[in-house]
This record gives sequence, C-alpha cells and structure tokens, in this order.
Amino acid sequence: MSFPTRGFHGRRRESGDAAGRIPPGQHLVDGFPVLSAGPTPHTPLADWTFSIRGGGGPVTWTWEEFRALPTTTVTVDIHCVTKWSKLDTVWEGVSVDTLLETVDDDSPYLLAFCDGGYTTNLAREDVSDGKAWVAYAYRGVAGSSTDSTGHFGRTPRQSPRVLETAPQAVPQDGEPLEDEHGGPARLLVPHLYFWKSAKWVRGFELRDEDEPGFWESNGYHIRGDPWLEQRYWGD
Amino acid sequence: MAGTAVLGRLTWEAAEVADVVDETPRVRSLVLDVSGWAGHRAGQHLDVRLTAEDGYQAQRSYSIASPPGEPPTITVERLEDGEVSPYLVGEARTGDRFEIRGPIGGWFVWKARSASSAQRTRGGGPGEPGGSTGEYDAAPLLLVAGCSGIVPLMAMIRLRASAVDATPSLLVYVSRTLEDVIYREELDELAQRGDGLEAFLTLTREKPAGWSGYTRRVDRALLDETAWPPTQRPHVFICGSTGFVEAAASALVDLGHDPARIKTERFGATG
Amino acid sequence: MSEARLDGNAIGGLLHTVFGAEMTAAVGVCGTCGAAGAVAELHVYVRAPGVVVRCPKCESVLMRVVESPDRTWIDFSGLRTLEIRR
Repeated sequence: MSFPTRGFHGRRRESGDAAGRIPPGQHLVDGFPVLSAGPTPHTPLADWTFSIRGGGGPVTWTWEEFRALPTTTVTVDIHCVTKWSKLDTVWEGVSVDTLLETVDDDSPYLLAFCDGGYTTNLAREDVSDGKAWVAYAYRGVAGSSTDSTGHFGRTPRQSPRVLETAPQAVPQDGEPLEDEHGGPARLLVPHLYFWKSAKWVRGFELRDEDEPGFWESNGYHIRGDPWLEQRYWGD
Repeated sequence: MAGTAVLGRLTWEAAEVADVVDETPRVRSLVLDVSGWAGHRAGQHLDVRLTAEDGYQAQRSYSIASPPGEPPTITVERLEDGEVSPYLVGEARTGDRFEIRGPIGGWFVWKARSASSAQRTRGGGPGEPGGSTGEYDAAPLLLVAGCSGIVPLMAMIRLRASAVDATPSLLVYVSRTLEDVIYREELDELAQRGDGLEAFLTLTREKPAGWSGYTRRVDRALLDETAWPPTQRPHVFICGSTGFVEAAASALVDLGHDPARIKTERFGATG
Repeated sequence: MSEARLDGNAIGGLLHTVFGAEMTAAVGVCGTCGAAGAVAELHVYVRAPGVVVRCPKCESVLMRVVESPDRTWIDFSGLRTLEIRR
C-alpha cells in the first residue's frame, strides 16, 4: 500500500558495509542520538553504588571505590536497534571482568538493573573476556589514526579495540559521562544491540535463568546480536 | 460525528498536496486533498508518513490548521536538522503525494457553539455541547501558544470565526521575532473584528521599532496581566514545547486557575 | 525536565490503531499510585527503542509499545483501568 514520496530521501544513510563493520539493516549517523524511556535520573555520586548480587551476598562499590579500580580506554562500534550505528566511539570504563572477578558465583546469566527501573538481561559469557565495561566517560569518536597496540581485529564480527592504559588507581581528569547519555556510569556491551548497554546502571543480579528485561519482555529479542539481526522475538 | 467515530479503523491514506502557502521564512502550510476525508475537529492532528525509494520511512505528527468543513491543512515549521520538515517545507509541491493517518485526537479539541442551536451545553469540556439538558457554559476561552503551538489553536480560532461563535476568547502567543509570527495578518484582522477575540503577541528575541506588544517569555506576570482571571473559569488550551506548556500551565495554576479546565498538547523537537 | 518527553496526544494515532478507538480522551488509572487522568496528559517517551508511557504523578510505567515491521507488542499492565467513553 505504501508508495514512494517523490523527492524524499531521509537523512543521509550510508549503509554500505564499510569493510564489514555495519551490520545488516543499519546505517551510520552523525551525532549521538539520545534515546530515553523515562526521566533522566540524577543520582548524586555520594549516594551512588554498584552492586553485584549473587550467592554469598552482594558485593558493593561506592563511587570512590569504583573509580579506584583499574580502567581501560576502548574504541568500539555501537549499533542501536533503531537502525543507527556509530563507529569508533571511545569510552573509558572498568571491565566487567574486573567486577565479576570479585564475586564467587558462576551463574550463567545476569540482569543489569538501573536507576529509573530499567533492566536488561545478559548471558555471563556476553559480558566476559573483554566484551563489556561499566563506562564512566565518553570521549567522542576516534580519529583515523592507526593505533599502536595491534590489539584489535576489524573483522565483520568485530572485536572491540582495547587501547590499554596503565591501570589507574586514581580517578582521571576529564569530563564525566553526561546524565542524558547514562552518567555517572552506563553498561557498554558493544557486540550486542545498544539497548543492552544500559544507562544509569547500578548493578547486576546473577541468575541461573535468562530472565527477559524491560524491552526483552515486550518484543525485543532476548539476546540481540546485530550481526544475526536479532531485533525482535522470533528473529 | 464525521471523522470522529470512537470505533473505527484508522488507516494510512494517500494525501495529495493541493496548495502550498508560505507563512513565514521557515513555515509553510500544505493544503491536502484526501479522498473520502470525513471531516475533522479543531485541535486534531494528522500523522504524516514519507517513504524513500529504498523503502526507508519516516513519520511525524502535524496539527491541522484548517477549521472543520475545510480540507485538512497542515502548517509545518522547518527544523534545522529535521528529516521530514525540510521535505514538507522545502521540497513538497502541488501534486505530490504522501501518506497520512487521521484525524487523530479527542481530548485536545474544541467545538464551537453554533449560533442558533445549543442553548444548552454540558459543562464537561471546553465548548462541548451534548446532553439534552445542562448548564449553559458561557465560560471564556484562553489559548496559549508557544511558537508552532499556534497551529491547533488557529484551527479553533478559525472555527470560532466561521461558526460565528461569540465565545469571549483570548490568545497569548509567543514567537521569537515578528517575522516568525505565523498567521500574523489573519490574527490582526480577526482581532480587529471586535467580536470578542483578543490576541496578545509577545516576542522573545526582538523588539521591532514601534512594537507595542510584549517582549519576553510567557511567564506568570504576563499571564496575570493578559489572561482571564480565575474567577471567569476559562477553558484553557496550551500548545507548544514540553517546557513551554508546563511552565504556562504551572503559572496559570499558581494564579488560581482550575487544572481540570486546562488542556495541553506538547510538541516534540524532532522534525 | 527531559526534552524527550511528550504527552498522550503524540501517540494518538498509534493507540487508535492498536485499540481500534480514539484513546487520547480515555481516562487511565495508574496501577501504582491510583492517579487518574486523560491519556492525553500522560508522560510519553517516544525516543526510545519503543514507546514508554508513564504516570505524570509517580512516573511508573503504564504502557510499553514496540512496533516491528509486522507486529506490535503492547503491555499496559501498569494501568489499573482504562475508561473509554463511547
């Protein structure tokens, strides 16, 4: 029934595969769209904690304790289920591996929970082995400089580039992650659709079962791999 | 009621641009020809859907500016980094076709009292006649518009004029500059008819030579000076951005107006 | 306040299509705090992977709507009641 509208092109959409870095159905955007499912939370840092709840009682970090953990800077591509992708975004954060190491619990799934009530479910293996971070700063888009670590692979199943810095025991200077982008800290899981990179993250509940979170229980795919175009139930 | 059936399918229909009217440098009205259009109410809107050659679609909502009885006309402001508005304001021409869905809305609507009938109206909503008995609702009308929020309120003003409805009505309308005032000449003309419509314009970024209107945001003091006092129990319609609508509504409630008589419609900034 | 927030008027077309009826004038009762008001006055967030509708008093989620090319999912379990005037 739909028919093309003469002269309408929409925003410039590059959907060529840019050396295999853009998943099917995605297009590149300028800018960084801010998606929001509710009011922006504003938790004071003095009240902020990150907790992992599992067998053996919760492990909790205050903001100071969290920022004293080893950090990394990563350059990753991100893909939103609403079809925009952004390449070479640079983030600073704490690897989820660092956080999970402190917990004596090997439950295969977790539910990330956030200020404002948002949740998203993840498999343990999707946030392990250098695949996920709790990010406290966004540094923009990397330039075209080659980086020197050689620690990345630009394959179609893209591995995040990890520009390793010396472990930082003290907080770095620089601008913190803006509230509307998920600050003070958000989850970053770039190999899955960006709804899994939960803003305003406050912790994980370790689970034996994969229990769907906020969007996964209302139509979005339980896992959300952009390379398999797992957008909706049944995809 | 034509076009307002509570039960009824709402489907995408083809609309053809019948005429194009430049209102201001950034704002254009498109008069649409929709086959089988069953009519609409003042305050309602349309959803517009555009489809690119590769199947990509974008959709936005636009208020209907024309009064009931006339073909649906939308008034669109071109937004700087918009996706749909630059097409509608800059590219679409007479004969072009795209899809619309509507008319939509049953809350933010105003119905005029016709001159001869409706001696009795139910006081349930602004100008809502209905019921066989009821109080005659002579309450005045207060319309508060933030920039492009004027569009659905203009449909109400135009309905009032065409229905020869003498409800005392007052418009408070903020724009950035004089050049940005949409429907300015028409508003001047209607306000000068002396049939009970007053319009207060305020500009936030300019004070033109000889300007005797306000030059600031719509705030509590401005509403206190211009709007009906709460004792008049006006029916209020406020339309504009979320920030504008909520500031204006709060100010009116602070001044003593009944929140139950205030209806609001918030426009998004994506175009 | 978030600029991404609109009101129920913004999803009038979507709701009319889903429910088969004009819904902006329907009255919803929040299942969490009991506040009642027109759907047109609810807090609506459209810039999300789906639409989220929240109570203007307590911001609890009243409805979630997701549209794919061929399906619509709607959860309105946050609403205790909807009153639709015929």
